[in-house]
Amino acid sequence: MVKTMRNPVDFSQFPDQRGHFGRYGGRFVAETLMEALHELDEAWRTCRSDPEFLAELDLDLARYVGRPTPLYHAERWSQKLGGAQIYLKREDLNHTGAHKINNTVGQALVAKRMGKTRLIAETGAGQHGVASATVAARLGMECVVYMGAEDIQRQALNVYRMRLLGATVQPVTSGSRTLKDALNEALRDWVANIDNTFYMIGTVAGPHPYPLMVREFQAVIGREAREQMLTDYGRLPDALVACVGGGSNAIGLFHPFLNDAEVAIYGVEAAGLGIETGHHAATLCAGRPGVLHGNRTYLLNDANGQITETHSVSAGLDYPGVGPEHAWLKDIGRAHYVAVTDEQAIQGFHDLTLTEGIIPALESSHALAYVTQLAPTLRRDQSIVVNLSGRGDKDIYTVAALEGIQL
Amino acid sequence: MNRIARRFQDLRRTGRKALIPYITAGDPRPALTVPMLHTLVEAGADLLELGVPFSDPMADGPVIQKACERALSHGMSLRGVLELVREFRQTDSETPLVLMGYLNPIESFGYEAFVASAGAAGVDGVLTVDLPPEEAAELAEPLMAAGIDPIFLLAPTSSAERIRQTAPLARGYLYYVSLKGVTGSAIINVDEVANKLAQIRALTDLPLGVGFGIKDPFTAAAIAQVADAVVVGSTLVSKMAELADDPESMRREVGAMIAAMRLAMDAKD
Repeated sequence: MVKTMRNPVDFSQFPDQRGHFGRYGGRFVAETLMEALHELDEAWRTCRSDPEFLAELDLDLARYVGRPTPLYHAERWSQKLGGAQIYLKREDLNHTGAHKINNTVGQALVAKRMGKTRLIAETGAGQHGVASATVAARLGMECVVYMGAEDIQRQALNVYRMRLLGATVQPVTSGSRTLKDALNEALRDWVANIDNTFYMIGTVAGPHPYPLMVREFQAVIGREAREQMLTDYGRLPDALVACVGGGSNAIGLFHPFLNDAEVAIYGVEAAGLGIETGHHAATLCAGRPGVLHGNRTYLLNDANGQITETHSVSAGLDYPGVGPEHAWLKDIGRAHYVAVTDEQAIQGFHDLTLTEGIIPALESSHALAYVTQLAPTLRRDQSIVVNLSGRGDKDIYTVAALEGIQL
Repeated sequence: MNRIARRFQDLRRTGRKALIPYITAGDPRPALTVPMLHTLVEAGADLLELGVPFSDPMADGPVIQKACERALSHGMSLRGVLELVREFRQTDSETPLVLMGYLNPIESFGYEAFVASAGAAGVDGVLTVDLPPEEAAELAEPLMAAGIDPIFLLAPTSSAERIRQTAPLARGYLYYVSLKGVTGSAIINVDEVANKLAQIRALTDLPLGVGFGIKDPFTAAAIAQVADAVVVGSTLVSKMAELADDPESMRREVGAMIAAMRLAMDAKD
């Protein structure tokens, strides 16, 4: 069954002026960053209400990124699962192969207007790093990408892509040497180089205005999907499904549908080896509220408030926090958050590849794995839109290695 | 009047400036923390800043990050830090002690429980690096009600408007971060600091402490000319790391560093 509810609020009104989604979000950073955030907030507010900026962004999205992306009816897979009709929002067809570029193209335009000459970014799987290096190359800006030493090992292909694009990939060896530590390191860089540097956060987390700004750049996914459903099929979908690490592809799909109370919303987290094993990254399913990286949100942390290490087969979901808007949507019940294991995600990866001829990213495969559970519970005349947030070329080494195959 | 206010009043009366060393609780080992605090006081410290280790110290450079990692590897926690404070207070009931750290361990502890435990342990101030005044009321108010000072940071980038916004919530002293960057960064510019402190003084009567980038007696003395307090952290923590396996030399050398700063700050020219 699809779960629905009556909407108590107008979702377009959130966050408030200071970046709060209910008790989540906000701006929890050292004083040394406050002025930079003010400056960014003002610059971005000016941009978003400037028709010239918006026209430039639309043109970039159309001609550089390749939007709109198709909404593809996965007929064979739908039939095989024997329930709802499944539609894939093909973010994997964007330039650089994932949804991340929607955001970096937008932030790069803001950076350009602010007169910044240096871009920095953090990356986990490397997709946001590649998307950042890409726009930096195009604008002729210096680019430094912070990446956990552990992730550099797992994502050699993306590391090389970033270097080809002229970026410096800075290995991060502090803490758990993954995405959260890369974010810490990028914040440290920003604080020391505020005058010429723009920090492009890759997800809907971080201090205000990042969760709002990144959501607005990613909401093009949901706006298109909503329009495509209405135009091509004359109705809204019954359910939306997207994977959630930090949650940018998910909020991008979800947000334009939040006021459509009849549309059920599912965010799928990484249960890793299983939530009960402790080796997972299912922040909303298994965490509790706290403060990290500039915002209050759900976190994976121990009894003493120390952030714990996460595990997922997919580097892009391997993060102990989550965007504050998701935390709020969970608490008020507007979205439902579930988790699937590494093994289920790998199965989803193979299912889509063999059934539809599309190789999905391991991140997106988590959403696909949940669709295999949800679709059979729905009628054939119902529909699910799932965000195929990225393509899987970057992951074939990981999948092959898991299956004992050396490429 | 709490210990911090009393200490600044005494210093003002004697025409001296406060020397505030920072160390991370539990680094390099929990058993060495309380003896080191006593050493710092004997060597001439007026107030103590005790770092609460956190897994993700975003505003700190590599020296303090590693100190946090060492402390956490020995199981140090906020609860453990409060135990250390309680132990320190058994033999020192005079020296003001400020906890410095990040918000999440306090959130996890629970604000109310933390304020009660910190008060009972003998904590005089709490500096939460990632809690700017906009978000601070929920913690600052119960702290003040318990007689514990919420300490806030100001930066070279803080506008007059932000200084005005911070001052009413702040107690004890204001901590001016003297350069852009993280703890342990480059060299401080004394003239720039003096200019900014003059701007801040026009907007508040609180004592002004300066930290970040103070590594030697000469700089400490120069800053003491323009500020009410000098905070020194990374350079001590780095020396402690270097001598972690020889606690006696560690205490002697770190004590000597503080004594040299004390001497330089108190010298009349």
